[in-house]
Amino acid sequence: MSTGRMAKDRAATILLWSVMILVCAILALILAFLVSKGWSAISWEFLTKKPRSMMTAGGISTPIVGTLQLVLVAMAFSFPVGVFTAVYLVEYARDDWFTRMLRLAVRSLAGVPSVVFGLFGLAFFVILMNFGSSLLSAGLTLGCLALPVIVGASESALLAVPRDYRDASYALGATQWQTIRKVVLPTAFPSIITGAILSVGRVAGETAPIIFTGAAFYAPRFAKSLFDQVMALPYHILILATAGTNIEKTRPIQYGTVLVLLFFVLGMTMTGVLWRARLRIRQRAQR
Amino acid sequence: MTTSLKEDRIPRLVIMAVASLGVAIMLFILYSLVRDSIPILAHVTLSDLLLGIHWYPTYDPPEFGMLPLLVGSLSVTFAASLLSLPVSLALAVFLSEVCPATLREILKPVIEILGFFPSVVLGFIGMVVIAPWMVTNFDIITGLNLLNASVLMGIMIIPIVTSLAEDSLNSVPRDIRDASFALGATRIETVLRSVIPAALPGLMTAALLGVMRAIGETMVVLMAAGGAAIIPRSLMDPVRPLTSAIAAEMGETPFRSDHYYALFFAGLLLLLLTLALNMTALWIESRGKRWRS
Repeated sequence: MSTGRMAKDRAATILLWSVMILVCAILALILAFLVSKGWSAISWEFLTKKPRSMMTAGGISTPIVGTLQLVLVAMAFSFPVGVFTAVYLVEYARDDWFTRMLRLAVRSLAGVPSVVFGLFGLAFFVILMNFGSSLLSAGLTLGCLALPVIVGASESALLAVPRDYRDASYALGATQWQTIRKVVLPTAFPSIITGAILSVGRVAGETAPIIFTGAAFYAPRFAKSLFDQVMALPYHILILATAGTNIEKTRPIQYGTVLVLLFFVLGMTMTGVLWRARLRIRQRAQR
Repeated sequence: MTTSLKEDRIPRLVIMAVASLGVAIMLFILYSLVRDSIPILAHVTLSDLLLGIHWYPTYDPPEFGMLPLLVGSLSVTFAASLLSLPVSLALAVFLSEVCPATLREILKPVIEILGFFPSVVLGFIGMVVIAPWMVTNFDIITGLNLLNASVLMGIMIIPIVTSLAEDSLNSVPRDIRDASFALGATRIETVLRSVIPAALPGLMTAALLGVMRAIGETMVVLMAAGGAAIIPRSLMDPVRPLTSAIAAEMGETPFRSDHYYALFFAGLLLLLLTLALNMTALWIESRGKRWRS
C-alpha cells in the first residue's frame, strides 16, 4: 500500500477524532457553565418558595408544580392513545388505506413545528372546545406533541415481543385480545414505560406550545383546577430573560431555573435511555 | 367459543377508534390553520403577503409583508445546516466506523439524551453568553443576530442528525466493508466509496429531518435572533423568522383580527414547509428500501 494513501487514512482518522473531541468539549463547557452559574442560586427555599416582589425574588415552586401538572395532563392523554395506536399498528393493522393514513398522520405529527402545535391548541382547545387558556388546554396541546414519541417507542416495544409468545397463547385457545392483554402488553410494558419517560422529558422542556394555550406570566398560587392557568419552568425562563421587570437583577434566578429544568429534562431522558438499554441487554440474553 | 370470538371484536373496534385520534388531530391541525389563515387573503393579496417586504402588523394601516420573516427562517436554517450537517456526518462516521466499542457505548446514549436538550436553554445561552461575547469582540451594538441563532440551532440539530445518520451507516452490511478491505482499500476509502454511497438514502433522510427541525424551531430564534423583521444583508443582522413572529406576537393579538389571521397564515407556511421536507424524507426512505432489496 502506498504511503500516500496510508497518510490520508491517518489524517482522516485524526480529523474524525478531533471533531468528536471538539463537540464533546463544547457540550462539556456549556454544561459546566450552566452548573457553575446556577448552583449558587439553588437552595431549599428556592425550590419550595413562590416567586415574590414581581418575580425578582423568592423561589420557583409555582413553575415547578405547574410543569409537573402539565406533564401529568399531557401523559394522561397521550399515553393511552399512543399505546393503543401502537397496538393497532403492530397487532391488528392490515395493509389497507386506514393503516397507511394512520402511519402518515403519526409521521406528519412528529414533524409539526412546536409553535404550530401552539396555534392548533389555541384554535381547538382554547377557543373551539372553550377550555380557555388553562392547564387543560396547554396539557392536551403538549399531549398531541408527545403522541408520536409514545407511538414510536411503543411500536418498537411491541415488535420486540417474540412471535412465539403470541403463537403459544393462541395454541392455548386464547383470542387475539386475550393474547394482547395478557401476553403481549405485559411483556412489552417495561419498554413502553421507558418510551413514556422519554416523552416526559420532551414535554417538560417545551415552551412554544404553551405560550398561548395556558402558561401564565405570573400566578400567585398553584393551579387548583384544570381550568386555571399555570406557570411553567421553560416559560418562566423566557419571561425572566426577555420581559421581566429587572432582567439583570434576576439573572441568578434565571440560572437557577435553567439548572432545575435541565436537571429534570436530562434526568428523565437519561433514566429512559439507560433503562431501555438494560432491558435490551436482558431481552437479548433471554433469546 | 363463539361468544368469546364476538367479544374479541369489541376491543379491536375500540383500539381502532382510539388509534384514529392521531389522524383526527393531524387533519384538524391542517383544517384549523387553513380556516384561520384564509380570511387574511380577503384583505391582502397572496403576492403582497408572500413577497411584501414590510412587516408592520400593528401600524395603521397595517402591512403584512412576510418576505422578511420567510427569508429570516430560511437564512437561519441554511446557516445552521451548513454548520451542523458536516459535523453530524463526521460524528456519525466516527461512531460507526472508527470509535472503540466501549467509548461508543457511552457516546451513543449521550447523543440521544442531548437530542432532548430544551431549546429555551439554548436560547438563554445565546442571550447571556454568545451575545455579550460578540459585542465585545466585534464592532456591533447587539449580539442577538443571525449568526448567534444559527450557531445555537446548529448545536441543537447535531444530536438529531448524528443519531439518524449513524443508524443508517450502521445498517450497511458488514460484508460491504469486508469486500472493500479485501480489495486493499484503506478505512477512509472504504467509508467514502462503499459505506457512504450504500447509506446515502438514510443520510439524506437524516439531513432533511434535521433541516425540518431547524425550520420549525422557535425558542432559539425567539431569544437569540434579534427579532427585527428585515431582510438580512450580513450574518450580524438581526432576523425575525416565522416561528418567532408567531410566538412573540400571538399573545398580544386581538382574537380574529387581521393580524391574528396573518399569524395563522405564517403557521400554515411553516406547516407546509415542514410537511414537504417530511414527505420528501419519507419518499427517499421508501425508494432506498426498494433499492436495497
